Amino acid sequence: MSDTSQNHKPVEVRFRGGGFAPTSRRGVGIAVFLVLVTLVEIGTRSGWISALTLPKPSDVLATFGEMWQSGLLFKHLLPSLGRLAVGAAVGASVGVAVGVMIGLFSYVRAGLVPLVAALFPIPKIALLPLFVIWFGIDEASKYALIAFGTFTPTVVATYSAVDNVDRSLIRMGQSFGLSWLSIVRKIVLPGAMPGILSGLRISLAIAIILLVAAEMLGAQYGIGAYILEAGSLYDLERLFAGVVILSLLGVTLSAVIGQIEKKLLGWRS
Amino acid sequence: MDIRLDAISHSYGPTEVLRDISIDIPSGQIVCLVGPSGCGKSTLLRLIGGLERATAGQVLQLGAPPQGCLNPLTYVFQDFALLPWRSVRGNVSLVLEDHGISGAQADAIITDVLERTRLSDFSKALPRQLSGGMKQRVAIARALAVKPAVMLMDEPLSALDSQTRELLMDDLVTLWTRQPFTSVYVTHNLAEAVRLGHQIVVLSRRPGQIRDIVAIDKPLSERGFADTDLEVTQRHLWDLMRAEARAADEELLDV
Repeated sequence: MSDTSQNHKPVEVRFRGGGFAPTSRRGVGIAVFLVLVTLVEIGTRSGWISALTLPKPSDVLATFGEMWQSGLLFKHLLPSLGRLAVGAAVGASVGVAVGVMIGLFSYVRAGLVPLVAALFPIPKIALLPLFVIWFGIDEASKYALIAFGTFTPTVVATYSAVDNVDRSLIRMGQSFGLSWLSIVRKIVLPGAMPGILSGLRISLAIAIILLVAAEMLGAQYGIGAYILEAGSLYDLERLFAGVVILSLLGVTLSAVIGQIEKKLLGWRS
Repeated sequence: MDIRLDAISHSYGPTEVLRDISIDIPSGQIVCLVGPSGCGKSTLLRLIGGLERATAGQVLQLGAPPQGCLNPLTYVFQDFALLPWRSVRGNVSLVLEDHGISGAQADAIITDVLERTRLSDFSKALPRQLSGGMKQRVAIARALAVKPAVMLMDEPLSALDSQTRELLMDDLVTLWTRQPFTSVYVTHNLAEAVRLGHQIVVLSRRPGQIRDIVAIDKPLSERGFADTDLEVTQRHLWDLMRAEARAADEELLDV
């Protein structure tokens, strides 16, 4: 050891502990988006992207501006938001309730888990004609479709969240003589909240997908109807304007859930 | 209120974990349960507090719990079992809410127990902000809040580093000296047992049977760190356990 240390120069130990720790980088997401849009804009202007492949982003923006000015935007957006709110609220709240029941009661679990597993993979869009027969062509069938679509993922997320609540906390509650209701209210539900909220993120994205599907059938106004009409006329600018609205809706909902998480789950580091 | 274990035996399926355990736990004393790992000492504690049902035998409460006692058999867990979304104060108030104690009365109790566990300055902190020793003091404060007749402590210091453990042992001794409490204290650490136990029950490896009961007469407040009298007892306990502990260590775990 002493021999080698005399013959060799001291070498600094190589750092090898970096990476694998994602940190937040502000603005990178927006930058990627801007670069992509700029590339498409340059491509469409210079002609190596044909007008049939993609519309000019500036034209999409112009269409969007027209929609705003003519009041068409809100004429389409408001009914959509209403459908989304009612459908998703019904689906998510029933889903959370059923999920908690599955998590708490063995009989409910034994009875409903296979049913939920059977319902989950059904493409809800395929059931749209059935919903029209059951609930009529009006709003009710659209609510039902969105509610049904958000219900299954919410149930699955909720009962796995309840399953994952630390059993030692429940044992603690029992050892202090807390009532069953108190244990559910003060230990199980707050403990399951992180899982329920992350399930809600997925459910709400699915709700937006189904909103468009529902509006493609028998809706005069709505983002989905607007996109369908634009698509059948091959009006790419309007089609993309509609798609942009949906994306913005998704980003907004995700941000809202982020805020709720921040408020309710502040106890996590 | 005393506790009597009357011929307790327990099995998980075909695996017998406890065999014919009879102990008397007199009030005002700390009874330590020691034994090699897997000897069923934690199981025995869960049986005493009614979190599990014994296969045979029974746990008896002798006499009525003292007045004002909200939860006669109260646990302190190894992993603290604090609700991470509640503050220190909230964690203590959790166990009072169900007994209909709120407002000024609850405030008085919470302030008192936090003061006794030296946590008064941290009542608004969340568990994740606390060190391990402080978390366990919160758990002890929570247990004290329900004025237990018997404290069932399941390796309360095992998740802590050795310095924190010394400090918390001193805290427990102070608490007991100020107001003697009854406790069943499960540990695998013999130093803790000789420091805190009035009686030390030595269990054999699985199936756990009582090998010996060692009484220590020296008052808790006179026992110190590296006490020579205690070291003799500790050595005696280790002699009782050494062979068992080795055999238990070499057993295959297939439960």
